[in-house]
Amino acid sequence: MTANDVQLAEAPVLEAVRVNKSYGHHQVLKDVSLEVHPGEVVCLIGPSGAGKSTFLRTLNRLEAPDSGEIWVGGDPIGFRLDNGKLHELPERHLSAQRARTAMVFQHFNLFPHFTALQNVMEGPVRVQKRKAAVVREEAVALLNRVGLGDKVDYYPSQLSGGQRQRVAIARAVAMKPLFLLFDEPTSALDPELVGEVLDVMTALAKDGRTMLVVTHEMGFARRVADRIVFMADGIVVEDGTPGEVLDHPKEARTQQFLRRVLA
Amino acid sequence: MTITTSQTHDERTLLPQVRLKHWGRWVVAALIIALVLVLVWSAAGGNIDYAAIPGYLVHPVVLEGLVNTIVLALTSMAAAIVVGVVIALMRVSNNPVASVFAVFYVWLFRGLPLLVQILLWYNLALVFPQIVIGVPGTDLSIFESNTNDVMTAFFAAFLGLALSQGGYMAEIVRAGLKSVDSGQIEAAQSIGQTPMQRTFRIVLPQAMPVIIPPTGNNFIDLLKSTSLASVIGFLELVKASNNISSFNLQVMETLIAAAIWYMVLVTVASIGQRFLERAFDKRGRKQGMPARLTTGRSLSSSIFSAPFMRTKR
Ligand SMILES: Nc1ncnc2c1ncn2[C@@H]1O[C@H](COP(=O)(O)OP(=O)(O)OP(=O)(O)O)[C@@H](O)[C@H]1O
Ligand SMILES: [Mg+2]
Repeated sequence: MTANDVQLAEAPVLEAVRVNKSYGHHQVLKDVSLEVHPGEVVCLIGPSGAGKSTFLRTLNRLEAPDSGEIWVGGDPIGFRLDNGKLHELPERHLSAQRARTAMVFQHFNLFPHFTALQNVMEGPVRVQKRKAAVVREEAVALLNRVGLGDKVDYYPSQLSGGQRQRVAIARAVAMKPLFLLFDEPTSALDPELVGEVLDVMTALAKDGRTMLVVTHEMGFARRVADRIVFMADGIVVEDGTPGEVLDHPKEARTQQFLRRVLA
Repeated sequence: MTITTSQTHDERTLLPQVRLKHWGRWVVAALIIALVLVLVWSAAGGNIDYAAIPGYLVHPVVLEGLVNTIVLALTSMAAAIVVGVVIALMRVSNNPVASVFAVFYVWLFRGLPLLVQILLWYNLALVFPQIVIGVPGTDLSIFESNTNDVMTAFFAAFLGLALSQGGYMAEIVRAGLKSVDSGQIEAAQSIGQTPMQRTFRIVLPQAMPVIIPPTGNNFIDLLKSTSLASVIGFLELVKASNNISSFNLQVMETLIAAAIWYMVLVTVASIGQRFLERAFDKRGRKQGMPARLTTGRSLSSSIFSAPFMRTKR
């Protein structure tokens, strides 16, 4: 059975349907649709200002789209389906939906007043109300897994950028999310620290995690992604396997972009 | 003149150096000391019965005033902090009515002189002889009383201090909230924290280092402002000293006793502020502690397994 057969067999874990978003008169997202299936690793690439971050942020409703639907694990994000209508949810209830997904940010956004371990435990204990003792063991194991077993009691300010981002990844994974969203997780790192973070992400992908990654790291995208989505000017220009999109791009926009970044 | 030498640096004798004398500093220091001496000398020569002051410091009426000052300051500050947090959260909320109300509140209660506010509250009975809290449109009343019974001197002073200080606190808390990076809110949202959780676990704790220093200053200010309550007859330190001097005319002696107590209170409050500042500064800046939880044991695969597994390639 190939990966494609698995995808066809299972319903998408994430589905974005004709998502639109404008800031003032500037339409940043134009009817963006995307499906991600369980276990898939999708890399989202495109020029600066294409709307990649904005799109990613609509997926857990950090940004509310002007129109369009986001379905996560069969539920409409930000809404309750009742009698064929979508009723907008108050933020209290939206929070519960967000707890089923996780996000890794460009600037880590670790909680500076918590240790690495407390950062990882915060979501499972406070939000998911799971037993602290159990979560602690899992969190320590996770930090070990990202190579920070000796840094559990360190505060973010005592860690390097690469270490912080690995804690942030552990924090996201600890939520046992349906999928992980990454927004340029290595862009804020010194070049020599990029590798350690990409290694952790590659390991996650190998474990069968479902991941949607906005990245400028073309090598990573080629090695790890099942699918590559190229976005420009708020639309999905091309969507296919790394071979299709990176090696044989059909659209002129894609070819032009790739010539620039791969040069 | 140049010194030429064939000696190495280790062998060479160093030349003597003549230090600068700082004549100006000596002159200024002497002037300040002279000025202080003159002031102390004239104060000592004044018609003040210094020997009576220690007695007034522990006079039962002064001690009662001291306790009342402390109680009034602490209760109104506590209320002001609650008011400040609530108004600041309203100010930054998405509800435009709440936000406008918060702006109006700060404008009004920070704008009116504190003495005017205290007098207005104290004299509320002039315009509202009865305080009735009831259900509008019905005769049902939950609470009913004569205004003068409720609006004691303590309560009027408490309201004036708490509400005006609440206006200042709202601005301090708002500045603290604004100092927290928006990425922190997004991270809290992304792990599914409710607005309440992220306010009290993520945002406010990080706003604390910004909030505490000005809050300490404001508390010291409030501590001294309790003296305004003397005008409506509340027995705090100033009223206490006035009560004594109205019998024996030792106005300066009793006031100096009150002044000494104020300085003691302010000093204690300043030390407390230092303490709090340091406590909140330390969090998140601890120097490399050994990790006590390192287990080094290998990860059980179940923890890392995704809800949806797949064999890859
Ligand atoms: N909060 C906002 N208010 C106004 N305009 C915004 C806002 N956020 C994003 N934009 C605009 O939307 C467009 C898309 O931004 P976005 O951050 O999604 O691009 P991106 O593809 O992630 O780019 P990059 O690769 O530089 O991160 C940009 O033109 C940006 O200026
Ligand atoms: Mg971006």
